[in-house]
Amino acid sequence: MNIGILALQGAFIEHRHALDALGARSFEIRQLADFDPNMDGLIIPGGESTVIGKLLVELHLLEPLKRALASGLPIFGTCAGMILLSQRVANSDQHYLDALDTTVRRNAYGRQLASFQASTHFKGIGALCATFIRAPYVEQAGPAVEVLATVDEKIVAVRQGSVLATAFHPELSPDTRVHEYFLKMIC
Amino acid sequence: MTQTETPAQIPVQTPAHTQLQLNRNLAQMLKGGVIMDVSTPEQAHIAEQAGACAVMALERIPADIRAAGGVSRMSDPKMIKSIQNAVSIPVMAKCRIGHFVEAQILEAIEIDYIDESEVLSPADDVYHIDKAAFKAPFVCGARDLGEALRRITEGAAMIRTKGEPGTGDIIQAVRHIRKIMAEIRVLSSKSKDELYEAAKQLAVSYELVEQVAQAGKLPVVNFAAGGIATPADAALMMQLGAEGVFVGSGIFKSGDPAKRAAAIVKAVTNYTDAAVVAELSEDLGEAMVGINEQEISLLMAERGQ
Repeated sequence: MNIGILALQGAFIEHRHALDALGARSFEIRQLADFDPNMDGLIIPGGESTVIGKLLVELHLLEPLKRALASGLPIFGTCAGMILLSQRVANSDQHYLDALDTTVRRNAYGRQLASFQASTHFKGIGALCATFIRAPYVEQAGPAVEVLATVDEKIVAVRQGSVLATAFHPELSPDTRVHEYFLKMIC
Repeated sequence: MTQTETPAQIPVQTPAHTQLQLNRNLAQMLKGGVIMDVSTPEQAHIAEQAGACAVMALERIPADIRAAGGVSRMSDPKMIKSIQNAVSIPVMAKCRIGHFVEAQILEAIEIDYIDESEVLSPADDVYHIDKAAFKAPFVCGARDLGEALRRITEGAAMIRTKGEPGTGDIIQAVRHIRKIMAEIRVLSSKSKDELYEAAKQLAVSYELVEQVAQAGKLPVVNFAAGGIATPADAALMMQLGAEGVFVGSGIFKSGDPAKRAAAIVKAVTNYTDAAVVAELSEDLGEAMVGINEQEISLLMAERGQ
């Protein structure tokens, strides 16, 4: 198994470490030349969605990624990754990969002083501690979207077909169960 | 919606160690990015459009502080708020070294990161701010491993090498990142008895020294700053081990800020690809004029040790 990790900006190393811990191979995608259509899955990390989105377009990675999505490539996005995967962003007219029938709110909890950790129940995994950094949440999800976790009645993890997204950062925790969940989606 | 036995709630109060972790985590999200100095909402907008992962709001960029002379203080909160309202990315602002009331003010206006900065005139020539007492995260400058670890001990959630701000001269930034990286490598090769002595020399706890020796890196994110003016400068800092860069005067003191800013952002993403950096370096217009190390009378990097 070989997982591509979008490494344009943000916390991509942390995802590599999580995959290393699970014995899965991974590689970084920084430009079009790194894009391997034969990869088994792709991770879009946390970071600034405005930066990653802009670089996706300007480095000509958006269209190849959309094609990979259409062909059913499993993709896992965290925080900024969730925003980039969503069809609609409540407080912005930007949308990029249109892979999730969701409306996501950016910086939904406010500035850094509102960042937090909370325990949640993740469907198929159980209780876990989730880290939210200037995080988004899902305001509205279409019928094809399965809600996997909520905090304070806000949707913070979803799955739609081969696409998994969390508003929080499993890559910041030594707990690798969400990455394991993603790898199981691939097998 | 998923039914859970006990509905998950956002905790009302965050314990201090969790808050520090969250603050270190925000710096992790900034990695591989460029933090740009901006003085107006218009500049902040240009920076965000160009791909800045955060902006540093300050009334005068370091080159102008240098030119104007006199005492340099925290910026007007109203000006900082106007920048917070102009962009959706994190906004940082500077307070003077040791000036914990300026830091309290910045926390009160919900700043995303406080830079306890040698660019401003120091308010205290002995004590740095007790940063662990704050909820808001701090980034601090360092010229060597000892400075970096002392700031981390005080509660800094992010480090940046000092360089020499407002000069457009990269030599000091290179010196500082090289020194920190080399000192970490030396630490990693030391035996336990040697680490006790190293802790004494660095004037920090043995536990912190041991942690750095084992990990081979600082326990917080480390950016480079001070004198970065070109995509090549930014890529140089990344190849030397920085996890991202601050660009201060280098952007808005240049001929075409939007283009230069966007080029520096891309150079940080593809910092090992010389062909990409070559293309990005083309046709950027005038770089900031800059001043050489030997020509400056004020070394900001020597403030706060």
